[in-house]
Amino acid sequence: MTIVFNDETFRGDYTFANSPSAVRRFPFPFNEDTYMYSVNIEPHTAGPKGSVYEFPIDIDEHYVADMRDRAITLREDPLRCQSLPHMITAEWDLLDLLMVSLAQSYPDLFTLTRDGDRWHWINRPLGLEQAFIFGDVATLPCPPMEYITRQCQGDFCLLDQRNGDLFVDSGMVTAQADWSLDFDIGMSFKEWHAPVPFAHEMGIFERAQKFLLNMQIGRPVRRLNWTMTVNPRLDTAPETYPLWGPDRGTVTPDNVGDKVHLRVELQALWRLPRSNAIVFSIRGYLIKVDEIATVPKWHRRLHRVLKTLPPEIAAYKGLTRYLDTTLDWLAVRDDGQPTSPGFGPD
Amino acid sequence: MTGALSLSVRVAETVDLAPDIRRIRLVSTAGDPLPLFSGGAHIVVSLPTAQGLIRNPYSLTSCPHDGTAYEICVQRSPSSRGGSAFVHDGLKAGDELDISYPVNLFAMDRRARKHLFIAGGIGITPFLAMMQQLALEGGTFELHYAMRSPDSGAARQDVEARYGAHRVRTYVSAHGRRIALADLLDGQPLGTHLYVCGPARLIDDVLLQAREAGWPDENVHCERFAAPPSGKPFLLDLARSGHRIEVGAHQSALEAIEAAGLEAPHLCRGGACGQCETAVVSCDGALEHHDHFLSPDERESGRKFMICISRIAGERLVLDL
Amino acid sequence: MLSPSILSRPVYPGLRVDKFARLNLILAEGDGAEAVLALSQTPDATCAFFARSLIFHCAVNAAERAILPALEALAPQALWSFPSAETTLVRLRGVLQTATMGTRILAAGTEPFIGQVVAEAAVFGVDPRSIITEHRGSTRRRVQCVHCKGMIENVTQNPVVCSHCGLSLFVRDHYSKRLGAFQGVCIDAEAPGHIPAAEELYP
Repeated sequence: MTIVFNDETFRGDYTFANSPSAVRRFPFPFNEDTYMYSVNIEPHTAGPKGSVYEFPIDIDEHYVADMRDRAITLREDPLRCQSLPHMITAEWDLLDLLMVSLAQSYPDLFTLTRDGDRWHWINRPLGLEQAFIFGDVATLPCPPMEYITRQCQGDFCLLDQRNGDLFVDSGMVTAQADWSLDFDIGMSFKEWHAPVPFAHEMGIFERAQKFLLNMQIGRPVRRLNWTMTVNPRLDTAPETYPLWGPDRGTVTPDNVGDKVHLRVELQALWRLPRSNAIVFSIRGYLIKVDEIATVPKWHRRLHRVLKTLPPEIAAYKGLTRYLDTTLDWLAVRDDGQPTSPGFGPD
Repeated sequence: MTGALSLSVRVAETVDLAPDIRRIRLVSTAGDPLPLFSGGAHIVVSLPTAQGLIRNPYSLTSCPHDGTAYEICVQRSPSSRGGSAFVHDGLKAGDELDISYPVNLFAMDRRARKHLFIAGGIGITPFLAMMQQLALEGGTFELHYAMRSPDSGAARQDVEARYGAHRVRTYVSAHGRRIALADLLDGQPLGTHLYVCGPARLIDDVLLQAREAGWPDENVHCERFAAPPSGKPFLLDLARSGHRIEVGAHQSALEAIEAAGLEAPHLCRGGACGQCETAVVSCDGALEHHDHFLSPDERESGRKFMICISRIAGERLVLDL
Repeated sequence: MLSPSILSRPVYPGLRVDKFARLNLILAEGDGAEAVLALSQTPDATCAFFARSLIFHCAVNAAERAILPALEALAPQALWSFPSAETTLVRLRGVLQTATMGTRILAAGTEPFIGQVVAEAAVFGVDPRSIITEHRGSTRRRVQCVHCKGMIENVTQNPVVCSHCGLSLFVRDHYSKRLGAFQGVCIDAEAPGHIPAAEELYP
């Protein structure tokens, strides 16, 4: 498969845009006209060809630019990638999972050859080649999780399972929706989810945690999460909030379509073999409201979801300052027609 | 979506390590690499015995990084319901079996500054994989291995040779040597994690002494190999599906459900993991809890039942299934 | 008393005796010494309990040192007095180097003090859950500025100015046991200059 990679930016001049095919395959997260939290986990099995679910790990036209942006974020703040020492086995598990998956799904782009523990990796889009000994940190230019996640879209967290609980003890987190790995690393499941409103009282996290504790090898799962961003900025970490926070006040009736973005996270989880840890991948997808407007059903639905969103959830997701302006813009083009059930465009 | 995935394997080799301990080597029938695993993991093996399909969990003793074959060690159980007897008498090289993917309910705490392993008899099995993993990946450990007679310790010579006398101590009770538990518990550096596996008496004793030596619960780990006990047969009514099932004397409720062609949530099949917890609708007698999962309050409430291992003193149990 | 607000905000259940502990490390900062005296009134806090306890008392002034005779009267295996939290932790670190399993840690005092004890012990493999804690005294907080990563000590107000980078920070209730600190996030990022008046929330 050939992918034409965009040359675009996720900061500064923000030249990011989706091609029509990227818009069509966008994982629109709403299957009805209102939104409330749910555990909404499903098996992470192969989806339709061309969709974001076709392969276990999805590479798209934004790959090269995305990785370039990650490298900038890490240069400015190395603490976005951290791993507690006992997680080294889980890091190797992750490298195994990602390299095998990428090489199997995109043989034109990635090649992995293995002779016992002598591995050879080729990443054509990024122009990288590496021979190394699996399990020997000294044979890679940097630790295994950092090495492979600098070549894979999405954030990754490794969760250590012990004492009937899960702990976020390792992660590469450069495109997060406003949470700090440096602050949260080491926290238990309930602790790192503490700031989320409502969900605890609804028992969402208790059910999710019980489910995750019993995840088994070979049975990955996935779910969707969403938020919104002003400008197609990947680095919306609390660390850099003074840089991107002000953008929330720059949304005007004229620029909603271009500036306001829906940001969807395809979250997938795997049980890892050698470490018994769980990897939590958070694969972000951005789409401008202008681009959403090219799909009438999505446009209508987004309007209705945002209109009925509880204010606490809107506040937690950081939408408050520009929500009304966005709603006004969306309202104009919502003709009141019914939307069909399901996520996909008509 | 219950339990682990399964795969098809072939018996590559059987070796009698001791009069009542047999090691089985399993390879994939399709010739693929087997899933790698973490030390302490077990597989559930479906054994086609004359009495019907018996599914028993066995700790993997092979190296977690080795996907070419799995090894398990099975001790002939005097009160065998047919599973271990089949492994010893009925299984031979070339036979095909269904097994589950590895499941780990006895994982190491990798933060440990030292791992202290206490094994009794066949309880050595999970530690064989753990030690291979630590030896490869790096980690400090010490094994104290108790057995009845010199040749009843399945892996004694192997572990002594591999890991050395500074890391392995064996205790043969026939020679009067027992683990000096109190001394052992008092001299460990802060940050040590203790793991015990073997006969119930050994586990209970170690847990009690560890607590009384001031070890916090979060540093003490055990795995119990509990097989479902036998008892009086009883009727099982599944309230939601309307099925009525007879649970035989030597059969657990879960096994009876499966024998009837139905499925119920489960994982470890040994009363430890909690996955099979089921709500009780009614019982005309007392619940006989044989698990290690429910709290004393939960047991007393009479509202929860672990179908993989518990029984009743009565005629009829109605479950919310 | 410190009330739980969000789930990452720790709760300090109060000192208690683990009668099986072979050695107790009792760390008391300021008013935390009174928690130790209160503990000594409970039935399990026997002479034998204190005979196998090392008491580390952090007392920053004469008023705090006044309680020393009462602590001495408990006849602990050792009683050490330190002029600051930092020096108390230096001694703790030294003791933990050679401590064995069966050693129980008890900590009473302000939240930042407890947090530093927990973080120090974690280095030696002690799980935070194994540590017995009680909050006493000021509710002042230790805050990590999420932007510059600087630690701000003795925070009693919200918002607070970062003593390292100068940003005005909202003090969240989100707490990290690893860092022993609450999270501070720039309060006027979206509307620069609009900073609410500081309230004395953690006296």
